[in-house]
Amino acid sequence: MAKAKPRKPKLAVWKFSSCDGCQLSLLDCEDELLAVADAVEIAYFLEATRAQGRGPYDISLVEGSITTPHDAERIHRVRRQSKLLITIGACATAGGIQALRNFKDVDGFISAVYPHPDYIETLRKSTAIHDHVRVDYQLRGCPIDKHQLLDVVGSLLNLRKPNLPDHSQCMECKLQGTVCVMVARGVPCLGPVTQAGCGNLCPTCQRGCYGCFGPKEAPNTTSLGDWLADHGTGRRDVKHLFRSFNAGATAFRRESEARE
Amino acid sequence: MSGRGKTVIGRDGLADLVAILAEDGYRVIGPQVADGAVVYEPLDSADDLPAGVVDDHDGGHYRLRREADGAVFAHVVGPQSWKRYLYPPVQALWRAERHGKGFRVIEEPADDGRDAFIGVRPCDIRAMAVHDRVFDRGDVVDGGYARRRRDAFVVAVNCTRAGGTCFCVSMGTGPAAGEGFDLALTELVGDNGHEFLVEAGSAAGGGVLDRLGGRDATAEDEAAAEAAVGQAAASMGRHMAADAPAVLMANLESPHWDGVAARCLACGNCTMVCPTCFCTTVEDATDLGGQVAERRRRWDSCFAADHSYIHGGSVRRETSARYRQWITHKLATWHEQFGTSGCVGCGRCITWCPVGIDITEEVRTLGGADKGD
Ligand code: SF4
Ligand code: SF4
Ligand code: SF4
Repeated sequence: MAKAKPRKPKLAVWKFSSCDGCQLSLLDCEDELLAVADAVEIAYFLEATRAQGRGPYDISLVEGSITTPHDAERIHRVRRQSKLLITIGACATAGGIQALRNFKDVDGFISAVYPHPDYIETLRKSTAIHDHVRVDYQLRGCPIDKHQLLDVVGSLLNLRKPNLPDHSQCMECKLQGTVCVMVARGVPCLGPVTQAGCGNLCPTCQRGCYGCFGPKEAPNTTSLGDWLADHGTGRRDVKHLFRSFNAGATAFRRESEARE
Repeated sequence: MSGRGKTVIGRDGLADLVAILAEDGYRVIGPQVADGAVVYEPLDSADDLPAGVVDDHDGGHYRLRREADGAVFAHVVGPQSWKRYLYPPVQALWRAERHGKGFRVIEEPADDGRDAFIGVRPCDIRAMAVHDRVFDRGDVVDGGYARRRRDAFVVAVNCTRAGGTCFCVSMGTGPAAGEGFDLALTELVGDNGHEFLVEAGSAAGGGVLDRLGGRDATAEDEAAAEAAVGQAAASMGRHMAADAPAVLMANLESPHWDGVAARCLACGNCTMVCPTCFCTTVEDATDLGGQVAERRRRWDSCFAADHSYIHGGSVRRETSARYRQWITHKLATWHEQFGTSGCVGCGRCITWCPVGIDITEEVRTLGGADKGD
């Protein structure tokens, strides 16, 4: 008997509290998009198609953080329907820029911003997906890097190890031959405590790394923060460096709190 | 070798040298300024060389400034080393494509480019000799490295100024290149104008020297060159303790490792810029459809947790263990493994450490701890 053609893995893309930029990275894979569509069945991806294929799904990409009671309940349904759950972007992996609220009183924001605060139903904190359900892989970044996304999807389809190093951004600079902006120009840079993978965007433009890929493995934020403070960066500025896209990531949160 | 003895060429001679090497089919790579540093990149002509540029080095600090004398090689070493060319950061090992039920390896065009390196410092020449022992040992040979190294043309430059983090004198590796070059230049800037003393160190170098103009060197020229190199020797920014290997091995359990770890970012910059660090990892990649697979080798660092990952976890989880691994290998156990130190005193790891951790200082502190003070 002829073997049936293997079924294409089903892919779903879910959105929680986020700006959609990471989903756009997937659509931005112009050259590779056909190959993706060829390799997987895109069963659920509202940003791209109206199709709402039913679960279960082989791979779920989850964008966004949990900020409402509804989110907190929906993520469990997504998890139940997904064999593999991959979080994409700083919102999903660390709570995103909206986790800045975690440091303040959210009711204050609500009454300052909305004419009818009573319509707003929100949680006190913006939290990462892994605070709620088990996560199989994380793709960092604000937004994610499309090459990493393609690599991970390719690794799952071809049963190989994905290339998601957890070492420093500095390694990426040095592999590319980018001159260190911190040592050669005195520009504050989070690269030494940030996970590599962005494609070395900021240092190649002579900007310091903003840490959008979040803390690397074993991040020594205290040493870097102290060095910056001793070399001309004000205390408040050091605090703010750690309090941006990944403000809610444990290592960065602790460091910014220690510098209140 | 050349029939000519030591020769003196003028400032224009450098342009001729670059042109001759290019004519001979070399990709000529040399120092030039980019993004606030002296980097080693292909030269279009000798005009790209960093005339009048001087580099100030300290722990975690590097700045360029201008000097009026126009010296071309007054800078010392840049953030890159020549391993970038001899042992590139990412090397494709092989690629294969699906073929029926199996696969076939894709034939790649032969890698046969030849590089000429201009401005290789004595410490970096010694670093190449260190890598020769690692990659080209007779019984174990890295074919790509050995081929590129054999075909490379090395123009050494003896140092006439030391950088703030240099310590080649205490490592016995500089500031003059004794051997290991095709040509060696010493820059002479003074009342007699701007000239270079040139010496051939190989038959290939002699052949090039024969085609360069210039005049025979006089005893005065040689004395001037010696004095210039002497200035570099007298102005070393750093010094490595002579008993470093013993100090390290006697202090493997020192509490000082935790002290370093409090500062160390485990970022790996030191190993990336070091001209002798050679660790790599292997990565596999595929296209989405699984038709083409590639295996590549990329520089890795003993400061990365993954580097010591074996089944179940990383062996060196603490940064203290990673720093200790690096410095003891570099300065002590390298001797047992390769019969030489793994450090050539170039100072790059000090300058390019984002928090200025100083290998010579750490050894001194450990040595002090050893004596109980
Ligand atoms: S520019 Fe930033 S990321 Fe790059 S090596 Fe320097 S400190 Fe590291
Ligand atoms: S250990 Fe540091 S000083 Fe020694 S060769 Fe390496 S980079 Fe240069
Ligand atoms: S010694 Fe410096 S350059 Fe090396 S890993 Fe530690 S912080 Fe990074």
